[in-house]
Amino acid sequence: MSPHISIKAEKVFEILGFPITNSLLVTTLVIVVFSFIARYYYQELQKEDRSLVFYGLHAMFVGLYGMFESVLRKNVNVFYGLLGSFFFFILLSNWSGLVPGVGSILIEPQIHLEEIAESKEIHETGKIPLLRGGTADLNTTIALALVSVFMTQLYGFKFLGPMGHLKKYFDFRDPIMIMLGPLELVQEFARIISFAFRLYGNIFAGEVLLTIVPFLLPVFFSFVVAPMFLMEIFVGLVQALVFVMLSAVFINMAVSHH
Amino acid sequence: MRLFATALAIGLGVIGPALGVGLIGSKAMEALGRNPEAEAPIRTTMILAAAFAESIAIFALVVALIIKFVV
Repeated sequence: MSPHISIKAEKVFEILGFPITNSLLVTTLVIVVFSFIARYYYQELQKEDRSLVFYGLHAMFVGLYGMFESVLRKNVNVFYGLLGSFFFFILLSNWSGLVPGVGSILIEPQIHLEEIAESKEIHETGKIPLLRGGTADLNTTIALALVSVFMTQLYGFKFLGPMGHLKKYFDFRDPIMIMLGPLELVQEFARIISFAFRLYGNIFAGEVLLTIVPFLLPVFFSFVVAPMFLMEIFVGLVQALVFVMLSAVFINMAVSHH
Repeated sequence: MRLFATALAIGLGVIGPALGVGLIGSKAMEALGRNPEAEAPIRTTMILAAAFAESIAIFALVVALIIKFVV
């Protein structure tokens, strides 16, 4: 039996011709969990005596706030909502791939038989995993990267005004800026790719690692996989942090005058 | 031939990030030796910088996986 590695998320079923992939299912679950945590936090905030869980969450929020404050200075309150939700959504999505059952529960694919014959990546038993980690799908990470870059542009327009922001890209008074402006423009598109592939690559590589390692050394299975698991939890945290810190730095660059 | 391409992509691709992570670690050690009370910020920045260097290796890994499984 060979390990099942698929570079893209598989289609589980269709709703009115709209494909629902296994990664989208997990992302939806993550959003539901995220909403419940946010609701719980808000409810506890209204009470007089608060639970210990509330203070645990609160400590995380305050720590993150301090981290953003060191980058964004006085504007931190404007951007904390966006960047904080980015962090916790990416964190939960990264960790969702490590939950037992995600990637190991196999189902019969609902797609037509000729499509199975075409795709070479199908499991040799003809089955596909029901669930797949949220950010282990390139679509999710590209969406996150697009939101991040688009909001950076939007905040640039909002804080510097249309002329002030466009002057970063099209400035014809200075011969150096004529050359550097288009480069800045290219950099914006490079950012989308770099954001998306960094997150996707790290999480997907982690999944591949966890799939491959038991086949390399089947005897001392748990002794090898347990440290790998801990490392993947750490990588998920670091990558979520890297994504938001980079977003924070780029937003700070976009809203500040040269 | 495809296996060869995969091996070359990942093998050559991780040389740069490996040097980068090594440099980041050594410079962080130097900074720590010079200024031991700044341990916490040095550690945080070092891990962030190491993650950036590592992401270049991850690009190479993604390219290798694409060569292996998709193309």
